[in-house]
Amino acid sequence: MAGTLAEKVWEAHVVRRAEGEPDLLYIDLHLLHEVTSPQAFDGLRLEGRTVRRTDLTLATEDHNVPTTPGPITDLISLTQVETLRRNCAEFGVPLYPMGDVEQGIVHVVGPQLGLTQPGMTIVCGDSHTSTHGAFGALAFGIGTSEVEHVLATQTLPLKPFRTMAVNVRGALPDGVTAKDVVLAVIAKIGTGGGQGYVLEYRGDAIESLSMEARMTVCNMSIEAGARAGMIAPDDTTFDYLKGRDRAPVGADWDAAVEAWRQLRSDDDAVFDAEVDLDATTLSPFVTWGTNPGQGLPLSASVPDPDRIVDETERADTERALAYMGLEPGTPLREIPVDTVFVGSCTNGRIEDLRAAADVLRGRRVAEGVRMLVVPGSARVRVQAEAEGLHSVFEAAGAEWRLPGCSMCLAMNPDKLAAGERSASTSNRNFEGRQGPGGRTHLVSPLVAAATAVRGTLSSPADLDKD
Amino acid sequence: MDAFTTHTGIGVPLRRSNVDTDQIIPAVYLKRVTRDGFEDGLFAAWRTDESFVLNNPRYAAGSVLVAGPDFGTGSSREHAVWALMNYGFRAVLSSRFADIFRGNSGKQGLLTAQVAQDDIELIWKYLEQEPGAQVTVDLAARTVTAGDIVAPFSVDDYTRWRLMEGLDDIGLTLRHDDLIAQFEADRPAYLPVTS
Ligand code: SF4
Repeated sequence: MAGTLAEKVWEAHVVRRAEGEPDLLYIDLHLLHEVTSPQAFDGLRLEGRTVRRTDLTLATEDHNVPTTPGPITDLISLTQVETLRRNCAEFGVPLYPMGDVEQGIVHVVGPQLGLTQPGMTIVCGDSHTSTHGAFGALAFGIGTSEVEHVLATQTLPLKPFRTMAVNVRGALPDGVTAKDVVLAVIAKIGTGGGQGYVLEYRGDAIESLSMEARMTVCNMSIEAGARAGMIAPDDTTFDYLKGRDRAPVGADWDAAVEAWRQLRSDDDAVFDAEVDLDATTLSPFVTWGTNPGQGLPLSASVPDPDRIVDETERADTERALAYMGLEPGTPLREIPVDTVFVGSCTNGRIEDLRAAADVLRGRRVAEGVRMLVVPGSARVRVQAEAEGLHSVFEAAGAEWRLPGCSMCLAMNPDKLAAGERSASTSNRNFEGRQGPGGRTHLVSPLVAAATAVRGTLSSPADLDKD
Repeated sequence: MDAFTTHTGIGVPLRRSNVDTDQIIPAVYLKRVTRDGFEDGLFAAWRTDESFVLNNPRYAAGSVLVAGPDFGTGSSREHAVWALMNYGFRAVLSSRFADIFRGNSGKQGLLTAQVAQDDIELIWKYLEQEPGAQVTVDLAARTVTAGDIVAPFSVDDYTRWRLMEGLDDIGLTLRHDDLIAQFEADRPAYLPVTS
């Protein structure tokens, strides 16, 4: 029977299937971080259980780590990190702690090590695990009790997902990035539109993207409500993987590539839903509200609730605008920001930093604007410094930080103060996400850098006009 | 895990849609390393607002939350379920739940009952007219009863069976240890390891 990519990966991992019960799926890679794992290890201890496959499990420290030199000073953050260290030592799980050259945001670390490979099942107690789907892996976030389940059994009982094809066709215009594509997808289908689905991004616009850009797209699948996002592996994928630390070598590599080439949806595969996006019509996208679906092209204005017919949507819009402190009708380009954040598992990889640096080269961050550039991993930081990107950021007046989740969420010292407004390359603009009362506009690295220079939401094209 | 068959408790009308897990429990509360005590962080941002429903003493002891559509979206944090359960909630009614939240709830013994939005509206009205009124959630019959309103709800068969039996997931899976071992023996050699 013809199958989709997601179905093929699923089928290859079924350990047990029984009528009326969820399939039991084998998990090829289990990533851990300090926030969602302590209670899972606690559960194991309570029941006297062990970790079944420490060699398929990997932990990093990311959410709580400060991005300035020195130890963790927040006591609760410290407790979480120390608990992870103790648990990993006790159960024999490999860990990349702060300061280690392999440390970084869990979704940056897996791919850069070559651990994330096509056709795998990958889970982590973190919703942005969907990032790894860029390689044609079935990768999704799980809750803490599922973390415990995978630790104990290396499997998960799962109900089948539905599949949705997201076709993005045509060439992306200049200055339009993967972030703009995925924000446009979310605005189109809504934050609940992907509910219950695995999205498969397809079409020439997707195929033309680099691996890192594909990760940006898959990363935000969860913001459309989807369980996972996937892209069929191709030569771009294989080229990225070849020679990485944990990628197969020799005969294993050949066997792997042969198997990976089968990982695509059959031509006659039927998706449960399809959406189409014309890439040629896209432009830089920014969010104005408090969920990632509340986004518009940068050239648009803040929406007017009075013009919204649907009552719930109108109320949501009013609430969002009140929280964001925005007036209906204000051109998005005129919205001033206090802070610009470049980083996170969405846009904290080397290409993102290069893109931001290209805009900033020879320019200055606007007076009164604070800009943080936070590499997604220690390796990204090393690479950026080798390319001299850090000097570009520092010369422009931006702060060059140590790797971590940083301002993506208000869990470490990098936060917005109440009422402060940011342009952020992260993935969530929920109320309080970047700090209580903080106001977030989600943007691409290009828009972030241009915004830092002009002080209001902007694209690099606006700089050329100045 | 305690078995769940039927539950009666005070209904709490939460007239909001798209309640995400950051709103259920903000990130700052996630730093704990235990499983209990999260009730103080439940809906933290709204608890400072006097008009918030749980600040009304008539609703404060509620155990059945009646919420708008798309409840539990956003981050996969299970703390959201712990916070609701630590506070005393045993069931949440909504016309649509986020997948991960629903999965997490089933595992912890919190019932997520999917009720048609029209019925939610009726129950909201009833609970607002009669603050402190009781709601009965009958998992065997798959109905919610609030005053004269009797509404059906849906919940998948497997989750229902497990909730009613009070069964723990890991124990169920470990009964198939031989199948897992067999699967492991057949995995391709090129797959990566972390250590
Ligand atoms: S960068 Fe943000 S979204 Fe990514 S793992 Fe860290 S906190 Fe989560």
